[in-house]
Amino acid sequence: MTPTTRTRWAILGLTGPAYLWLACTIFLPIAAMLALSFLDKSPLVPKPASFTLDNYGAFFGKPFYWSLTRWSIELGFWVTLFSFLIGYPAAYALAKRVKGRWREAIFLLIVLPFWSNALVRIFSWTMVLRSNGIIDLGMQSIFPGAPTVDLLFTYPAVVIGLVHSYLPYMILTCYIALQAIDDSLIEAGRSLGASKFTTFRRVVLPLSLPGIISGSALIFVPVIGSFMEPRILGGTKGATLGMNIEEQFTVTANWPLGAALSFILLAIVLVIFGILFPFLRKQGGAA
Amino acid sequence: MTGKTRGGKGSFGNVSRRRFVAGASALGVGAGLTPFLSRRAQASTEVKVLNWQGYGTDEAWALEAFKKATGLDIVHEYYNSESEMITKLQTNPGAYDVIVTNSAWNGRATELGVIQPIDTAQVSNFADLNPSFRDSPLLNVDGKTYGVSWVWGITAVAYSTEVYKDAPTSIEALWDAKNAKRISIRDDAIEAVSFAAIATGQDMNHPSDLAKVKEKLLALKPNIAMLWSSEDDWNKQFQAKAFDLSVYWSGSALRSKTNFKLPVGYVVPEEGAVGWFDGLAIGTDAPNAEGAHKFINYMIEPTYYVEWATKVGAPASANPKAMAALPDSDPSKAFYSDEAAIKRLQFMAPLSDKERQDFSDLWAEVKTEYAK
Repeated sequence: MTPTTRTRWAILGLTGPAYLWLACTIFLPIAAMLALSFLDKSPLVPKPASFTLDNYGAFFGKPFYWSLTRWSIELGFWVTLFSFLIGYPAAYALAKRVKGRWREAIFLLIVLPFWSNALVRIFSWTMVLRSNGIIDLGMQSIFPGAPTVDLLFTYPAVVIGLVHSYLPYMILTCYIALQAIDDSLIEAGRSLGASKFTTFRRVVLPLSLPGIISGSALIFVPVIGSFMEPRILGGTKGATLGMNIEEQFTVTANWPLGAALSFILLAIVLVIFGILFPFLRKQGGAA
Repeated sequence: MTGKTRGGKGSFGNVSRRRFVAGASALGVGAGLTPFLSRRAQASTEVKVLNWQGYGTDEAWALEAFKKATGLDIVHEYYNSESEMITKLQTNPGAYDVIVTNSAWNGRATELGVIQPIDTAQVSNFADLNPSFRDSPLLNVDGKTYGVSWVWGITAVAYSTEVYKDAPTSIEALWDAKNAKRISIRDDAIEAVSFAAIATGQDMNHPSDLAKVKEKLLALKPNIAMLWSSEDDWNKQFQAKAFDLSVYWSGSALRSKTNFKLPVGYVVPEEGAVGWFDGLAIGTDAPNAEGAHKFINYMIEPTYYVEWATKVGAPASANPKAMAALPDSDPSKAFYSDEAAIKRLQFMAPLSDKERQDFSDLWAEVKTEYAK
């Protein structure tokens, strides 16, 4: 055996099980869902199902689906943006400023919310955001007579809850990217006369871009499919396509329509990333 | 959908289980043989019941008492959704004796021929049942009884007794301009459409004018504070005074009042409200039809009901004698004894797949407008 064939076998042997696992647990169910989305009735009905495009037609025939889709994407955008605005500076401070045990302690605090159930976290927010809630009482005690703060069942409440849920993804991915940047590169920039801001803009930011992109993808994709957080925190103001998809499975028992809507959402995500990725990669590569 | 103790169980878990059942029917040979064999072996000492888990028929003390009285063993199999029940009846014909069927599903099971007419002469407590349920066309087809009414409940209007000194009498209170941002309804297409249909004076199950229903629901927008999703959710929000008036389930309202001490009042508006009831049916070619009749009779008898209601908590019994036998301290006694209110109810009937989808689309459209 030549070294190359041996390497090839080694790669196959080492990665094969993982790919087989992925194929069985991810690819097959998704393929089944894709097939389902072209059927005219759910497999629960004893009658034989036949091929149809009606489920996809329903999306294009009913304008309320478009509104829901647009709102879902907007929600994904806002949550990703705020996660970046809060998460990136936090990751920067952690990677470049905080050292030693403090870093471990702060990391623990960031990961801590993951240890509790997502539903519990969201319900906790309802106690914070409502009138007579923690924020409201705090405001009243500092500024007596201030107008009541009642954020529950508003759009900002949904954004706050989702940013809190997904912020750790942004911090962790940005942290890894920022930590990998050699400090001597920053020093070189400074010693060549660049201001702190220019060094950040020309050296640090481009080099940490992969972290920002993966963090954004990790947040944007689940957020536009979210249904639990908008329902609990948004009241009637948190309508998303994800909620409608969930209902097709649990209430209407129209699995094919639910599957078709899911794939439309997936297609939209792929298109958005298809447009953004080459652009972002070029930005990153130019540095 | 139905609004009883087990109302909250309808979620993802069920669906996957249902799917499993559908898949398992491919192995129908094995599934079909088992009941056949057991039928031969224990034809007369066993009664097989198909029901939701923890819904009255499987209480250990009741099964013991029943065995003592009749010598029959009760064996259970459970379903997690009504469509799963139908699937089970279709894939295992002749396997079940007693089946708990909802008023909206009994007719479907009759139509599919998976349940058989009941010999009411063998059910001595049958004559005592409230005629509103007993003689309902939802349980009786062509003069034959396919289901013995068992328990029932209401989906009507709950209100805060702190805000309302007198109970609101009209369903229009929900639309009243002075209730801006003070009302709540459940995030459920069928319930929302049913209520709007009642408010516009239509048949709740098959509203002829869906455009009117939609208009009525859209008119609710300024008043809606939130859409509730579960009993627990409702209690939390009500306690936090998020709303004063809400479409709510009777059993849950009773629990909110007695268990959680919330200031909840409950009223069936003069225009009517949604009613549901569960029947007890006998499977086609039931292996032990005689035992099934005995068990059904036991299930509607006052002694059993009183023990169930006081020990565990139960929906209202369809047997007025059973309700009368409840201790006077039991709050559900007075609550469910208003005959005039029962007369105003419209009962949930089977919906076609198309109606289900139309209601769901209508509700999705309305919710999209709410969000704007």
